[in-house]
Amino acid sequence: MASQEIETLASALARLPGLGPRSARRAVLHLVKKRETALPALLDALLSVQDTLEECRICGNVDTQDPCGICSDPRRDAKSICVVEDVADLWALDRAKLFSGTFHVLGGRLSALDGVRPEDLAIPGLLARVEAGVDEVVLAMNATLEGQTTAHYLAERLEDFPVRITQLAHGLPVGGELDYLDEGTLAQALRARRPLG
Amino acid sequence: MALDRISILDFRNHRQTALEDTARFNLLVGANGAGKTNVLEALSLLAPGRGLRRAKLPEMARIDGPGGFTVAARLQPADGAEPVQLGTVVDAAQPNRRRVRVNGAERSALGLSEWLSVRWLTPAMDGLFTDSAGARRRYLDRLALATAPGHAALSNRYETALRNRNRLLSDDAPPDPQWLDALEAQLAEHGAAIAANRRALVEELNRELEAQADALFPRPLLAIEPTGPEERAALAEALRGNRRTERRAGRTLIGPHRAELAVTLADKGVPAARASTGEQKAMLIAITLAHGALATRGRAGLLLLDEVAAHLDPQRREALFARLAANGEQVWMTGTERTPFDPILPDAAVWDVSGGSLRRI
Repeated sequence: MASQEIETLASALARLPGLGPRSARRAVLHLVKKRETALPALLDALLSVQDTLEECRICGNVDTQDPCGICSDPRRDAKSICVVEDVADLWALDRAKLFSGTFHVLGGRLSALDGVRPEDLAIPGLLARVEAGVDEVVLAMNATLEGQTTAHYLAERLEDFPVRITQLAHGLPVGGELDYLDEGTLAQALRARRPLG
Repeated sequence: MALDRISILDFRNHRQTALEDTARFNLLVGANGAGKTNVLEALSLLAPGRGLRRAKLPEMARIDGPGGFTVAARLQPADGAEPVQLGTVVDAAQPNRRRVRVNGAERSALGLSEWLSVRWLTPAMDGLFTDSAGARRRYLDRLALATAPGHAALSNRYETALRNRNRLLSDDAPPDPQWLDALEAQLAEHGAAIAANRRALVEELNRELEAQADALFPRPLLAIEPTGPEERAALAEALRGNRRTERRAGRTLIGPHRAELAVTLADKGVPAARASTGEQKAMLIAITLAHGALATRGRAGLLLLDEVAAHLDPQRREALFARLAANGEQVWMTGTERTPFDPILPDAAVWDVSGGSLRRI
């Protein structure tokens, strides 16, 4: 039977997304075994994040500096904004290192059922950025019904600005086999077909 | 193509039931509550979905049993090719999770539908023509799944958009017009696709019903009566124009969720709801058979007919059996007595069902 302190740590870790009581106990055991090396390193990392973590006042990204690393990077094209629902989406897109512009985190998607209204999302900030002069807004919402409703809503709010509005393509995944795709995805891919070469 | 070597374990009132040497016609005879329909329900789980009672998985496990259940069968192709082993398993440890196995390998439930098309007609569907419009829409949408596999996903998206819009309309605060625009665009896109799937299905069904028509069986004529436009741009426009009215009603009044499936007796021009009980039953059977012709498409077909002989006069029964014989599917029927099935008994495998046990006659 583990001590109260170890149980407390395990139950805190168990609440993290992707973990559960079993993997939390395994992580705790690992830390206990490597208390000379892994434990201090983790402790330092946690403390420094706690001390320095901030929300970027421009895009809503979470970083250890404000404005965040992306917004303050001079090599980034500030005239191009990719709008995402959550910080996790921003990180996913940025990991791919394909988009050289900046981001804007809405903090959710419109859902009357969940009580998320336009005023709950970071829309005024986006409009202000677009008004200050932006060439392109990429709407990178999830392909869910509510994600797409949000994209449509934003497109309408941005209608009057002289800005190009684009949306991520939906369809055939890279390496995907047609045979295994659902009909909705196939239909979408077929509708969005384009000339080759 | 037919199912054989069926085993049903710990399912409803069946502890361990095995059915071997099946035939084209398979008849389960027994008193009420003996467990005849339970066999059909078990077979209906060899298709994706919730089975013919639409019950929850834990309800299907045998009371006083270990908690899970198994339904397995061998599908014998007509051309003498290798048989396919199909199975559905629910473990006691995860009573809400259904696992599907095809030839010993774990598959998604959709994997079953690559091999087998299962359709059924139960007494619970007898009142379909006098039931609510919603019941008939659900029936039509279920039929559409066989011909348009994306129909379920489409309906889910439409339903989500609809509930969001209804929430905005019924809110105390005036709804955000741009938010409504966005939701209406989604409703129009998916609603138009739903309406198109339904229309295509109804057209094909009517064509098939006409081809299958004979003098003894009343032919139903199907039609869709929409509420509001069905075409995408027109539906979006109509939803927009209807906002004030629908704000007062607190919900969306036009769209495919309000469409009606109208069925009439083709020869008499009488609405199905006003036809006799026997005629209604005969029309349901006719639709089920016509749908089979559309849905099977090269796969093995399994037709489950629960208490089908009830309400049919001897002439119609004979006409039904003749049609079933002409159709290539394996048929499973239940009845409280054997007499109504006399014409097919020579070609049928018959089991006596009592207290969840089967005895071959």
